Amino acid sequence: MSTPLLAVENLALTFPGEAGRIAVVDKVSLTIERGETLALVGESGCGKSLTALAIMRLLPKPGRIEASSRIEFDGRNLLELSVPEMRSIRGGAIGMIFQEPMTSLNPVTSVGRQVLEAVLLHEKVSRRAARERVIELFQMVGIPDARTRFDAYPHQLSGGLKQRVMIATAMAMRPRLLIADEPTTALDATIRAQILELLRQLSATTGTAVLLITHDFGVVNEIADRVAVMYAGMIVEEGSRRDLLGQPRHPYAQGLLKSIPRPEARGRRLEEIKGVVPRPGRWPPACRFAQRCPSAFERCQVELPQRTAVSPSQGAWCHLVEYEVHA
Amino acid sequence: MSSLSNILVVLLLAGSIWFARVVSRDRYWCENASQLWRRRPIALIALALFVGIGLMDSIGWVGGTPGDDDVAALRSRTLIDRLFQPERFTEASYSAPLASVSFYGGQPLKHPGKHLLGTDILGRDVVYRTAKGVRVALLIGGFTSLIVIPIALLFGVSAGYFGKRIDDAVFFLMTVLASVPSLLLLIALVMVMGRGTLQVCVALGITGWVHFCRIARGETLKLREAEFVDAARALGVSDLTIIRRHVLPNIAHLIIITFALSFTGLVLAETILSYLGIGLEGSWGQMIDQARNELSRTPIIWWNLTGASLGLFALVLAVNMIADALRDIIDPRTRREGQ
Repeated sequence: MSTPLLAVENLALTFPGEAGRIAVVDKVSLTIERGETLALVGESGCGKSLTALAIMRLLPKPGRIEASSRIEFDGRNLLELSVPEMRSIRGGAIGMIFQEPMTSLNPVTSVGRQVLEAVLLHEKVSRRAARERVIELFQMVGIPDARTRFDAYPHQLSGGLKQRVMIATAMAMRPRLLIADEPTTALDATIRAQILELLRQLSATTGTAVLLITHDFGVVNEIADRVAVMYAGMIVEEGSRRDLLGQPRHPYAQGLLKSIPRPEARGRRLEEIKGVVPRPGRWPPACRFAQRCPSAFERCQVELPQRTAVSPSQGAWCHLVEYEVHA
Repeated sequence: MSSLSNILVVLLLAGSIWFARVVSRDRYWCENASQLWRRRPIALIALALFVGIGLMDSIGWVGGTPGDDDVAALRSRTLIDRLFQPERFTEASYSAPLASVSFYGGQPLKHPGKHLLGTDILGRDVVYRTAKGVRVALLIGGFTSLIVIPIALLFGVSAGYFGKRIDDAVFFLMTVLASVPSLLLLIALVMVMGRGTLQVCVALGITGWVHFCRIARGETLKLREAEFVDAARALGVSDLTIIRRHVLPNIAHLIIITFALSFTGLVLAETILSYLGIGLEGSWGQMIDQARNELSRTPIIWWNLTGASLGLFALVLAVNMIADALRDIIDPRTRREGQ
């Protein structure tokens, strides 16, 4: 097996708190193979967006990536790159799409021009050639009337079209990795399906790997190859889509899946996970889900669980799973 | 002095022709210009008239002086001077507008019925003096704005964008300047530097940039957190490019509105300086200052004040109207669809 496209190892992100620095993301490791789509799932505030920003080295200040972390992209450690080198990676080899297409475009510049700048930034081509490229990109992401839309301003486009423009910008340099931070959260349901379809199609035709950040299992089910579930700054379970959605092993992942409304459960009370997510800095010392876990036992309160391989393609960080597997 | 002014006029004209050619190639700016013309034709014509008079008053050469005064013959005379022939076109003293006899004494005038706004105490034509004031006003307003806006933008945007030490330093500077009474500082600066046009403009600039700097800083602070700036960073755009392409265009409407407000504010501020005796030679402020005493005479001598005030009022109104329309046009957020 060759090296993965992206390997994040032992990622720890800290922010200053009242008493020293507080880890907001801790011991996160994940890998993405070439052309693969990994979905990073979790509730708001679990650190999934920060993980994505850290990969781009765009962590908002005063956040810091701890020295123990390694982010290896295509064999290069991103944390050791100089600022200009990192700049050429951003938008070049790694593209990013943001959650809010409404505010992610500069309101006073035409959308074509904004994509044009992205092209010109990373490639030495004439403006005319770049313009043609942008129009091609617009056609590729399914913007109708690409030629006339070039001169449109963001406020003249719908949310779905804006997100398509954002995708065109991110795809301008044929990145090997596309980070999509909740790309469909701000869109309505019909547009969401279209955008997901577009992402899947682009990933398939260009071989771009996708790191998809979402809290929506519907989205996961549509396009992910593999899934990683995050809770309170740590990954609790990862596995292929079929394994994880079919047979989740970690109690948190099970709880999440049970809390999705299903047509066959109509009329019954929807299951929920009791309690609330603890705030960063108030996390329990051992398993972070222990307080809310329906099947927690003594060991969960004292010892941080290690990864237990459930199958070659699935692993969970849970003492209970460890006993089940080794029993 | 006059040759420098001639060169500047030529440079200014060449520059604006080049600018117009660049602008005319871009469809966006062409549309803006034609929209501005459609919305504010009268204000534009008025401003063009003012600028034209100002330019005509800046081009001058020596020679062709009527009479045989040696000193006068060596002095450069501008186009406006040559048009009005102030050496001949004078009376002994005051004369009312379009009068045929002098105001005091009732002697026949040299040019009966020709002085549209009468003459001042020295018998100079008021229309001519008002026209001479245009150049001073444009210089004060335009030149000082050209000092104020770059300084304020440089300090404000870098403070807002980079924050930390730069922000602290800029804020300290602003607080210090803002805590000194600006009129006193203005007088002190003019005393130190002298009373030339350039000096007064610099003095006004030093005291005037704080306000806009504060606006620019605040707006940049807001824009720095905007998602499209994050998106640009995620594309690998450098800080300077982000400022140029994302921050500055988004405060362009503020720059234009500030330019207009400060322009008109400065023209008006010069009046106050003249009142305090440190204004510029030949400005409208000075005319108004001189007219102060004339208003208490009986019968009242009102035309000096009227000439200067009309010029002041028309210029300020025209610039304000244009700036207002321009802001609406440039800012796509306030632009209406389907125009």
